[in-house]
Amino acid sequence: MNKYSIFNLARQAKNYHQNWQAAWRSPEPKKHYDVVIVGGGGHGLATAYYLAKECGITNVAVLEKGWIGGGNTGRNTTIIRSNYLWDESAALYDHAVDLWGGLSQELNYNVMYSPRGVLHVAHSVHDLQEIGRRGNAIHLNGIKSKFMTPEEIVKMVPYMNLDCRFPVMGGLFQQLGGTARHDAVAWGYARAADALGVDIIQNCEVTGFDIKGGTVKGMATSKGKISADKVGVVVAGHCSVLADMAGFRLPIESFPLQALVSEPVKPCVDQVIMSNGVHAYISQSDKGELVIGASSDLYTSYTQRGGFDVIEDTLQAIVELYPALSRMKMLRQWGGIVDVTVDRSPILSKTPVDNLFFNCGWGTGGFKATPGSGHVFAHSIAEGNMHPYAAPFSIDRFNSGALVDEGAASAVAH
Amino acid sequence: MMMIECPWCGKRDQSEFTAHGEAHIARPLDTFGLSDQQWGDYVFFRSNPKGLHYERWVHSFGCRQWFNVARNTATDEVYASYKPGEAKPIIKATTSRAKK
Repeated sequence: MNKYSIFNLARQAKNYHQNWQAAWRSPEPKKHYDVVIVGGGGHGLATAYYLAKECGITNVAVLEKGWIGGGNTGRNTTIIRSNYLWDESAALYDHAVDLWGGLSQELNYNVMYSPRGVLHVAHSVHDLQEIGRRGNAIHLNGIKSKFMTPEEIVKMVPYMNLDCRFPVMGGLFQQLGGTARHDAVAWGYARAADALGVDIIQNCEVTGFDIKGGTVKGMATSKGKISADKVGVVVAGHCSVLADMAGFRLPIESFPLQALVSEPVKPCVDQVIMSNGVHAYISQSDKGELVIGASSDLYTSYTQRGGFDVIEDTLQAIVELYPALSRMKMLRQWGGIVDVTVDRSPILSKTPVDNLFFNCGWGTGGFKATPGSGHVFAHSIAEGNMHPYAAPFSIDRFNSGALVDEGAASAVAH
Repeated sequence: MMMIECPWCGKRDQSEFTAHGEAHIARPLDTFGLSDQQWGDYVFFRSNPKGLHYERWVHSFGCRQWFNVARNTATDEVYASYKPGEAKPIIKATTSRAKK
């Protein structure tokens, strides 16, 4: 692997940048792998990377139906935060925030992690009580954040219209929250995993599992049969489809979730600002585009589109909160399919099929957890037992009743 | 924009309706005899298919009646609407998986 450095940049410049290696190989699949990861998004690639790097399992393939970074990894609004209510979630998401800090150096790829701060604003007494409860819970979990009064908010975000239809009454600010470049996360993990010997196979769709005696032995794909000792499925919106192939159901429904970006403008939105009450959230990419997330459509669908009425609602709220943006032109709009559980917490779990592991149900907010999710899932697959951070997110919780209810914490920011 | 046929009001815009998930899930009758496994499966687990889906809708901003819809979740094509209590219509639709 060509290391990315200032010296290599200068060396390659002499050759007019003609000699850079491809970031990863495109091998044909082998007949057998120790572990096959289904799904080449951020979580799947991170899983393969940590399997190779920390668990010593390098005979690994990542099968991707489309192309790397073409699914939800390239469709989210790149927000990172860990201000969740319950201890189980705080541990998992904060594990990810810890890993985000050193990720660019570790992968030798600039993922542009920018801890610019995430502000939740409250529009009602109920909102204030919710952030109060959650803020105190996350303080106890050692996650740095602070409450803000309307006066402090207007000082930090002078263009916000606090006296709007639902006046802003306060906020909760997590300083280490922020954004990262989503494509770079996928590409960085893919390149680093490839350098450790992982085969990344694009345009390879899994069409069925080979299950004998309740144990997974391999799978049929659009590039032929592949056998594997263990299989990790990390396919976000399509997890129910894969579970159906393996003969069980999941406590999940899939919805379209939309986002949109504006024309690029000079830096104006310095933080990530979100409002659960009116459902609006906004940040600014380093290119200058305002990145705006809508709510998910309220009916199940696998179309990566979504309805216009949802965008209209979101932009009404954005314009009410930030009147200065009323004449911004929106350039692009897209949808991704999110796999939503009833408690808005993910599923990292063994399944009724032995050696078949699922990592799914991240719903509307999986991007922020990418490194942590991959890290704990890799250890879980390698050891055959769920990592302590992953254990509370077992699929069994929907039968035992031990749900991890994050409805309030994950209602908006993705 | 998706148009949905309300069995009482006719064809209306989707934004007038609210979806309530998979239809034809009967509440178990032997409620005291059910195990945690069976209760969890009934309350939380869904088929969530990519393709033909029978689902419940309510005309929230219209007549407020409940009804069922057969829709393709891979294309958002609405095949049929029918009143609660009526049998599932047979739709000769292929799921996107079967098509390939």
